[in-house]
Amino acid sequence: MKINVNGESQNVTAATLAEALIELGFGDAKVATAVNEGFVPAGLRAGHVLNEGDRLEVLAPMQGG
Amino acid sequence: MRQFYGVTLDNPLMLGTALYPSPAILADAFAQSKAAVATVSLRRESGQDKAGQEFWSMIRDLGVAILPNTAGCHTVKEAVTTAHMAREVFDTKWIKLEVIGHTDTLQPDVFGLVEAARILTEDGFQVFPYTTEDLVVADKLLNAGCEVLMPWGAPIGSGQGLNNILGLRTLRAHFEDVPLVVDAGIGLPSHAAQAMELGYDAVLLNTAVAKAGDPAQMARAMALAVEAGQLAAVADPMEPRDMAAPSTPVIGKAFLE
Repeated sequence: MKINVNGESQNVTAATLAEALIELGFGDAKVATAVNEGFVPAGLRAGHVLNEGDRLEVLAPMQGG
Repeated sequence: MRQFYGVTLDNPLMLGTALYPSPAILADAFAQSKAAVATVSLRRESGQDKAGQEFWSMIRDLGVAILPNTAGCHTVKEAVTTAHMAREVFDTKWIKLEVIGHTDTLQPDVFGLVEAARILTEDGFQVFPYTTEDLVVADKLLNAGCEVLMPWGAPIGSGQGLNNILGLRTLRAHFEDVPLVVDAGIGLPSHAAQAMELGYDAVLLNTAVAKAGDPAQMARAMALAVEAGQLAAVADPMEPRDMAAPSTPVIGKAFLE
């Protein structure tokens, strides 16, 4: 199915958010996730089912002031 | 040193991690600054290069307290969601809460700020609100559960120094027991020293060091400045006066006319 990952359209076969992160190459990277503008804690990723057109944000530590 | 949510800092300098020419220069600047706190943020990560992972590993090695921000957030919802994501990634309750209200000045939306601060403190966050020097807003932030206030000196990245000394002094006088940090607008060590001379508990800066020709040298200058300002504040400075007052004794002066 097609989902939007960090503003870009991507095809994934994963059914859940946890599976999608592995498929997208994040593996065990230190990231935080939001789906459709709502925070999804790491502990809930395995049970979070993705749907066609979902907007996924994957954020990581970055420089800041 | 005053405590920030129960944490005593070794040095009253909080330093940002953005805009440095290279990671090595950033690390050098931190070493020279003796900063006790590093501000960081969250941005979109790519599954390919995973730039954030390398950055995070370097910041952890600095051995300083981490203060994640909600920079760039313009709404309460955005700021609150970002704060939750930051808490998970950085494993800290601390959040430098920014709700930006104006694009050109990056002036805080103080109405949204108070609302977001209330939501986050109720959820267990320890909020460091980036605010203006407005006394009434400060009072509302404290009522919302904030135990630290971070008024701006001048707009972020402007290097203008302390634009409203009277306002900053008024905040200090009214909230004697609240840890106060001048956040943003510092351009020179003299600005940082001035904030500390006013009795502020810390200074948060980034651009002044990162965009200096020699960031490490400027970081050291800032470290010396905050130390000087802090010593001066403790030493109880003299009151300024309008007329001259001779420092050399008048009594005993020879009559030579």
